[in-house]
Amino acid sequence: MTREYPDEVAGPYDPPPRSFEDAEGRELRVHAYGEGPVDDESEALVEMYVAFDPEDRAQGIPPTGEEGVRAWLENILAADCVNVVAWHGDEAVGHATLVPDEQGAYELAIFVLAAYQNAGVGTRLIESLLGAGREEGIDRVWLSVERWNTPAVNLYRKVGFEAAGSGSFEMEMAARLVERT
Amino acid sequence: MRDFHPPNMRVLLGVGGSEDSFRALERTVERTVEAGDELTVAVVENPDSDPDVEAVRDRVETVLREAGVEAEVLVLEGHPGSRLVELAEGEGFDRLVLGGGETSPLGKVSLGQIAEFVILNANTSVTLVR
Repeated sequence: MTREYPDEVAGPYDPPPRSFEDAEGRELRVHAYGEGPVDDESEALVEMYVAFDPEDRAQGIPPTGEEGVRAWLENILAADCVNVVAWHGDEAVGHATLVPDEQGAYELAIFVLAAYQNAGVGTRLIESLLGAGREEGIDRVWLSVERWNTPAVNLYRKVGFEAAGSGSFEMEMAARLVERT
Repeated sequence: MRDFHPPNMRVLLGVGGSEDSFRALERTVERTVEAGDELTVAVVENPDSDPDVEAVRDRVETVLREAGVEAEVLVLEGHPGSRLVELAEGEGFDRLVLGGGETSPLGKVSLGQIAEFVILNANTSVTLVR
């Protein structure tokens, strides 16, 4: 399958860390996975995903149940993936990840706890993730999103993703992080 | 769970050559043996998958032979989704079975084009095998 990537570079954005006040006046920080405020970040993410509203699941992820969440996280927190986490104090409230595909590009996903949605957290988180990816030398990123998920599609467009193909239920979007050579 | 699946259903399985379609084949063959269903396998041309129709047909026949299942195998040319729907409705099948989609590197499920077309268009009940 061939996927069209935009000519323009998205951003470029800075890698984490980043701190900001969200629209609700909460002080949040975005860190690369492994550089956050708690010792066991993987456990903090398990807690976040177990608390995740099932309504906010997308295309089967995050999986339901702690066991499924742990198995899934183990895959995407692997060394060849890029992960950034949004923290409110010691609580993980958002997570974004880049996972390598078999064509040298990376698939993106982002999750924000319901209580932290619509507050500008997703934008900061995804910008930091794209910055971290660019720093790692990743040049092409894609994602799939349910077509009816307008807030998500708008967020992806805003940070530089363009539609790259679509079915009836979901569409693919793609972004370029590094100038084409 | 056997009781939920009435025996002797006439089942049409569509196989286009993607990994999920072969998984659906394996599971449907097991199910056919358990439930005493009557199975027909339609090999279709999936533009998203690599193996050609003859290679897919060979693999289907091998799986059937190894499981000792007698099933009619036919090749449907043209637009895969609409040909499957047409056959299922025209021949009065009870159930149309397809692969339930591929999983992305991140673990997201995405439906194939054939499944999307069939669920939106079929009057026959559709089973997607996960």
